[in-house]
Amino acid sequence: MTYESVTSFAQIWGMFFFIIVFGAVLAYALWPSNRDKFDRAARSPLNDDIIED
Amino acid sequence: MNIEQVRTDRAALGELFALPAVALVIAIGVAEIVATRDAVMTFHAGLLVLAAGAAGLWLLLRRMGGRAGEHEAGYNHAVVRAGVIASMFWGVAGFLVGDVIAWQLAYPVLNFDLPWTNFGRMRPLHTSAVIFAFGGNVLIATSFFAVQRTCRTRLAGHMAPWFVFWGYQLFIVLAATGYLLGVTQSKEYAEPEWYIDLWLTVVWVVYLLVFLGTLFKRKEPHIYVANWFFLAFIVTVAMLHIINNAAIPVSWTGTKSYILWSGVQDAMTQWWYGHNAVGFFLTAGFLGIMYYFVPKRVERPVYSYRLSIVHFWALIFTYIWAGPHHLFYTALPDWAQTLGMTFSIILWMPSWGGMINGLMTLSGAWDKLRTDPVIRMLVVSVAFYGMSTFEGPLMSIKAVNSLSHYTDWTIGHVHSGALGWVGFVSFGALYCLTPWLWQRKRLYSLRLVEWHFWISTLGILLYITAMWVSGILQGLMWRAYNSLGFLEYSFIETVEAMHPFYIIRALGGTLFVFGSLIMAYNLWRTTRGDEADETIMHPEVASASALAKLPAE
Ligand code: HEM
Ligand code: HEM
Repeated sequence: MTYESVTSFAQIWGMFFFIIVFGAVLAYALWPSNRDKFDRAARSPLNDDIIED
Repeated sequence: MNIEQVRTDRAALGELFALPAVALVIAIGVAEIVATRDAVMTFHAGLLVLAAGAAGLWLLLRRMGGRAGEHEAGYNHAVVRAGVIASMFWGVAGFLVGDVIAWQLAYPVLNFDLPWTNFGRMRPLHTSAVIFAFGGNVLIATSFFAVQRTCRTRLAGHMAPWFVFWGYQLFIVLAATGYLLGVTQSKEYAEPEWYIDLWLTVVWVVYLLVFLGTLFKRKEPHIYVANWFFLAFIVTVAMLHIINNAAIPVSWTGTKSYILWSGVQDAMTQWWYGHNAVGFFLTAGFLGIMYYFVPKRVERPVYSYRLSIVHFWALIFTYIWAGPHHLFYTALPDWAQTLGMTFSIILWMPSWGGMINGLMTLSGAWDKLRTDPVIRMLVVSVAFYGMSTFEGPLMSIKAVNSLSHYTDWTIGHVHSGALGWVGFVSFGALYCLTPWLWQRKRLYSLRLVEWHFWISTLGILLYITAMWVSGILQGLMWRAYNSLGFLEYSFIETVEAMHPFYIIRALGGTLFVFGSLIMAYNLWRTTRGDEADETIMHPEVASASALAKLPAE
């Protein structure tokens, strides 16, 4: 195991790791069935009247 | 103000268990005072004993008065109110010290030839006061507020949030007095010595537990995105703090310690810490504020919730690798420098995704920019966020950095982020919070907010434009050679050339301080329930009363 082999392993797999993570994030954010949940969440701070209590 | 009080047995039990903890802290402090021969350690242990003693006395008095376990009904707004006051106080103090060191750079006599007032000690006092004391208190207050409101549940813990608040103030006082007395680890943004770091670790872990505990008992199915940013900030800062401060004290009774890392490893650890202090303290945490307060004040949901999710994950996965851009052309291996540069440039994208998301939240309500100076402050802060996260990747290109590094350009970049983004988004949040927390209909005066906005904006512009000019001037003078290959300018000539810009910067700083004083006055009057007579600034009120006069149809 040389320094070069470690760095090239880290660089190549690091790249794939990032691509996969990014793909997973995009899939989660854009998944159609999540839409309702996110729409509701986006309104959650607004459905809370602070002055009232 | 009339706030209903309730009493619970669990809370009373919590207060009981706090007493032995207080006794333990007092015992440690007294032991240090007896054993140490270091004057600063005696002083700091004394402060610790005083603080713990005050906490113990408070607990005992409540117990004797039969008030143990009593607290505000509903949401825990009391600790957030304390946070608002502390933020305002440390804000003014930190800006003032910043302005003093700005004048010191222009006129060195202002160092007064005393060790305690020397630039070298005042500078970390400024950076810690603005980042940790002002920024930290703003973050604790806003995160405690947003997490309870968006989870629809009271903040977890009865004593714990208060321990976080007061423990953090003690950390600030220990750190600040330490710097002035010459106690420092000499690591930028991580100057406090080992015992202060240990104390902060305890406080921070409790902060994390309070936050997690509140998320855990939430009454909403989904965790609102602002909380993700706050949580990332708390967790990452804990990790950074512990690893960058892995130090061995010379003795348990002395202030001095030595870090475990050495040479270039230490440099890399330090700037991994330093950069992520920017990324998670000055960015992620304040993005949490943006995602809660901008929609709340504009009364519209965030432009795209999906974008906010991508923004979050992309930002936290990218930021952590960008640290090497602080160490270009050093002993750090080339591949690490290239890695840092690449990730810094990638960072531009998630940053601008977040900026667009914040700005576009106003779509359809742009007129509020004209009528509500608080919204204007929030929006300008997001614009400054966009500007500094464009400038940052630019400065991360090695060729550009070879010009900007060590110069005032960096200082200009820092303050467009710090004054424009961190400062303004915090001001916006504090202007929102004060009427809510003290249950007032509105701020004392929007006209004063208007003044604050323009004075501070002018101050920021003076500050950053002066630094751009002086930074590039300085960088170019340093690299100018004459026909024989000698350096064209001596160092002192560059200092002379920068003098006028230092004065402009210090004037800009004076304006910024002045603006913050206006704000402090406005908030103070708001808490007292005063309202300035300015119908003209409240068009909704004016038109409502005009409507009321119309005959019914
Ligand atoms: C009245 C407002 C302020 C003034 C006049 C001011 C002035 C200064 C000055 C003169 C320095 C030293 C520059 C040097 O060594 O050449 C400095 C450094 C710094 N200030 Fe400020 N400051 C102000 C507000 C703030 C705020 C609000 C923040 C953060 C939220 C901040 C963060 C920093 C940081 C991080 C540094 C260190 C920069 C570096 O090492 O590159 N400042 N400031
Ligand atoms: C995409 C985002 C950003 C990138 C890529 C970036 C990049 C950089 C670079 C290249 C430097 C100069 C390092 C040197 O030459 O020594 C720097 C310094 C700095 N930046 Fe940024 N920046 C970003 C955003 C921000 C923001 C939003 C803030 C503040 C809120 C900020 C605060 C700082 C501070 C405090 C320093 C000075 C560190 C020191 O030397 O003491 N940065 N940044």
